[in-house]
Amino acid sequence: MPFEAGNYDVIVIGAGHAGSEASLAAARMGAKTLMITINLDMIAYMPCNPSIGGPAKGIVVREIDALGGEMGRNIDKTYIQMRMLNTGKGPAVRALRAQADKFAYQHEMKKTMENEPNLTMAQGMVEKLIIEDGVCTGVVTQTGAQYRSKTVVITTGTFLRGEIILGELKYSSGPNNQQPSIKLSEHLEELGLDLVRFKTGTPPRVHSDTIDYSKTEIQPGDDVPRAFSYETTKYITDQLPCWLTYTNEKTHELIDQNLHRSPMFSGMIKGTGPRYCPSIEDKVVRFNDKPRHQIFLEPEGRHTQEVYVQGLSTSLPEDVQHKLLRSIPALENAKMMRPGYAIEYDAVVPTQLWPTLETKKIKNLYTAGQINGTSGYEEAAGQGLMAGINAGRRALGKEEVILSRSDAYIGVMIDDLVTKGTSEPYRLLTSRAEYRLLLRHDNADLRLTGIGRELGLISDERYDSFLAKKAAIEAETKRLRNTIIKPSQQVQELIRSLGGSELKDGIRASDFIKRTEISYEHIKSLIPPETQLDPEVEEQVEIQIKYEGYIEKSLQQVDRLKKMEDKKIPENIDYDAITGIATEARHNLKTVRPLSIAQASRISGVNPADISILLVYIEQGRVARISNQ
Amino acid sequence: MEFDTIAAISTPMGEGAIAIVRLSGEEAFAIADRLFKGLGSKKLKDVPSHTIHYGHIIDPATGETAEEVMVSVMRGPKTFTKEDVVEINCHGGLVSVNRVLQLVLNQGARLAEPGEFTKRAFLNGRIDLSQAEAVIDLIRAKTDRAMNVALNQMDGRLSRLIRKLRQEILETLAHVEVNIDYPEYDDVEEMTHRMLLDKSRFVLKEIEKLLQTSQQGKILREGLSTVIVGRPNVGKSSLLNSLVHENKAIVTDIPGTTRDVIEEYVNVRGVPLRLLDTAGIRETEDIVERIGVERSRQVLKEADLILLVLNYSDDFTEEDRNLFRAVEGMDVIVIVNKTDLPQKLDMGEVKELASQYKIVTTSLKEDEGIDELEEAISSLFFSGSIEAGDMTYVSNSRHIALLNQAKNAIEEAISGVEMGTPIDIVQIDLTRSWELLGEIIGDSVHESLIDQLFSQFCLGK
Repeated sequence: MPFEAGNYDVIVIGAGHAGSEASLAAARMGAKTLMITINLDMIAYMPCNPSIGGPAKGIVVREIDALGGEMGRNIDKTYIQMRMLNTGKGPAVRALRAQADKFAYQHEMKKTMENEPNLTMAQGMVEKLIIEDGVCTGVVTQTGAQYRSKTVVITTGTFLRGEIILGELKYSSGPNNQQPSIKLSEHLEELGLDLVRFKTGTPPRVHSDTIDYSKTEIQPGDDVPRAFSYETTKYITDQLPCWLTYTNEKTHELIDQNLHRSPMFSGMIKGTGPRYCPSIEDKVVRFNDKPRHQIFLEPEGRHTQEVYVQGLSTSLPEDVQHKLLRSIPALENAKMMRPGYAIEYDAVVPTQLWPTLETKKIKNLYTAGQINGTSGYEEAAGQGLMAGINAGRRALGKEEVILSRSDAYIGVMIDDLVTKGTSEPYRLLTSRAEYRLLLRHDNADLRLTGIGRELGLISDERYDSFLAKKAAIEAETKRLRNTIIKPSQQVQELIRSLGGSELKDGIRASDFIKRTEISYEHIKSLIPPETQLDPEVEEQVEIQIKYEGYIEKSLQQVDRLKKMEDKKIPENIDYDAITGIATEARHNLKTVRPLSIAQASRISGVNPADISILLVYIEQGRVARISNQ
Repeated sequence: MEFDTIAAISTPMGEGAIAIVRLSGEEAFAIADRLFKGLGSKKLKDVPSHTIHYGHIIDPATGETAEEVMVSVMRGPKTFTKEDVVEINCHGGLVSVNRVLQLVLNQGARLAEPGEFTKRAFLNGRIDLSQAEAVIDLIRAKTDRAMNVALNQMDGRLSRLIRKLRQEILETLAHVEVNIDYPEYDDVEEMTHRMLLDKSRFVLKEIEKLLQTSQQGKILREGLSTVIVGRPNVGKSSLLNSLVHENKAIVTDIPGTTRDVIEEYVNVRGVPLRLLDTAGIRETEDIVERIGVERSRQVLKEADLILLVLNYSDDFTEEDRNLFRAVEGMDVIVIVNKTDLPQKLDMGEVKELASQYKIVTTSLKEDEGIDELEEAISSLFFSGSIEAGDMTYVSNSRHIALLNQAKNAIEEAISGVEMGTPIDIVQIDLTRSWELLGEIIGDSVHESLIDQLFSQFCLGK
């Protein structure tokens, strides 16, 4: 029997990495929020690798944190290992990665959500949306509960018509044998949303006691304490290592022999899988000249013996998986606790979304995370946060918030999704960002804390400390610009010892630090500041001055692009009335409905000629004339 | 169709015996029909597309015949602009061509802005950016060979070369990206400063090569600037007249047009010569004498080719020697003229001074030696220091500008490497050069980097 179950500002369907961020953000901004999920024990669950961060993704976590999201704080409370990657490279590509205690991670996230006064949590399976005149006004569950709201965010991950494939076996299921969501998927299709079938997979887990670690290489965490969140002050010092081993020719032979039983090659799997996350059978087939592939053994938590076998993602039959494991050094006697599997699921074609993540077709309905064709916890969380922010603000009658490509990796990701769509599960890579020198791990707070504050997601205390940090950076930068380092004996000796060429004249400290061999540490020893500065402040001063030439160049590019971003395309533009635009370009423009010329130029199939025509039309005001007719 | 009908004289002013008035737009046939009278009574709008018709242009106001013409009729969209196009071929010289154009404009066509036909082709999606630019060069091409260069470019020769170069850069970029996005993968060799430096230098060299050809492209488009030098009375004017006479001289028969400008261009066996300061030669008979050796050096410096004329029937003088000094290091052909007269010139001395140059003996008066001279000019151009034929020329100023920018970006990458800047930052400049090269062929899709990444390397968890 249908019954009225309550009124909310925002309803979030799903409680994964997108759903938890979305519901927390909306609630914290003051929107009365309901989070509804199939299984409350699955909050912020990690169905695949037990880690968060890494190149690009780690920067997203920092961005989420700077905007007032939860992922950074939550992993800081629950990691078992933390590493800074790419330390030998430039500052733009450094990134943190944590190995998570995946159970503790869930537990902490659930606790945080339970303690959020504006947030109601409910278990239930949403089967339908309530749509009135093209506007989404609530949801209906399996049990007939009707929840009303001003906006709805769908974050269903891989649950939509999920199907697990394991060798010859295929069955309807969400990840890790959870109940799939079938009716909602059908309902979305009825509502006219285009769905696409994607595929992803996960490797087997083995029992730690049955691994011969003596045959592996140890991969410890960093000794230096590190954290994702700008708020974190307590660091976990007791870290667990990961371990490295390799596949070999025997493994590859086994795969070759059993390829006919692989659902990937037998045609049983129809969904498109991600290239960056191939199964082991995929890797062996596509790169058959490689004698070995790396296998990382990663603990799934502190209080479990399960170990994640990274690099062995597979959907081969269970008996083959046993044999594969036994062919790998250190795993000869390993007991498999869970087999790897592939999962197919429905995703919404993301070009159906505005850059706010609201669907174009149904007003006040937002989607975020894997349902939008992405892959990865961080990508999901980033979208969840933005969808939660925009759904919350819409409900509260406030303006939308869109991050640009030069603001954040999150902006890059969402722009890519809604502008270009994706033909495979989308993962963030540093190469997707054209301004990555601006979108650094170390300056996420400087980029985004202001926005987070305006949204009401940054506390007074945190904002004050942010402002203090900013002031300290400015003051120290100014000091270095105004201080001359003289060619004293001490200075020349230092330079000699570092293998540089000696000074002829006095030089500004800000120019001196630009030398390859000179770091802020050296400057500090020569001209110490009045008070000891925070290491993060020192880092900012060093990076900002040392690479200012390159940063300046990037900023100029941003400026150029901004002119194109500022050329807005009228919302009522009729692309059919514009002659000369190529058919494919016209079709894609009509689908994406870009907000600016810059966005239009990023749409695939839209070439400079089309942009030129579009510009001509807009410049001449013909569009207005056409749309008036 | 959205555009109005435009018209223009689409052949360069004063060049060639035939001039074409081109109309493009939905009114093109109607306008032409109001002016054209063919042999029969058939209207141009009714004739099959892509046909040519003989007839006359009649001034409707007076009923007078303005010009005898051939009219090409081409129906859109299978035309250059994708619109209806009419081309009126006139051959009566500038005055009558202008008159035809005026009549067309009187009938409601709008005078096209420079390059507007190409722009329409471009806006109608007919051609891509680099092709559009090649078309502009095609229109301006002054000789058959220059036409080939333009055609080559249209076929995408330049595009192919640029694509190849971009692919080289792309592979390097993908390599750097893999190191960043998959720092723990031992399958992938770490990109080093050394490797990056080698690759950057290679790319720089290739871009420089292309830029060098741009110089040659410019010659083909604008003509080889040529100066005739020699003492008074050695036969400079005769030489000029012979070159003009022997070859398809680019002159018009319109009185009052400045002959010295129009006669600048001659086409010697496919080599366009632009004869510099020929008026000066005519008037004073001796540019060197008039402005002095120092000044003449300045003029000479700007020349691509020097034709140095000596008198066979006179002694070798100090003035001749000065001329040799003035042209040192340039492309020179020495012409010993007046072999019809008794020899006084010491050929031994000439051969010594002209050891690096081709020497041609002529009697311009008797029409002797002209073939040899032309042979010398064309072989100097096509096989000498200036390469031609299979080379791909960059002949468009926008392309040259982009190539120069790409070159600057690569140079910055190299200096970044040399200063020890982290590779992922140096890569910004490398990426920039990749994008700039992409702009030449109108292709800057970022996604291809990610495709490269996954096809080149085995990655994943």
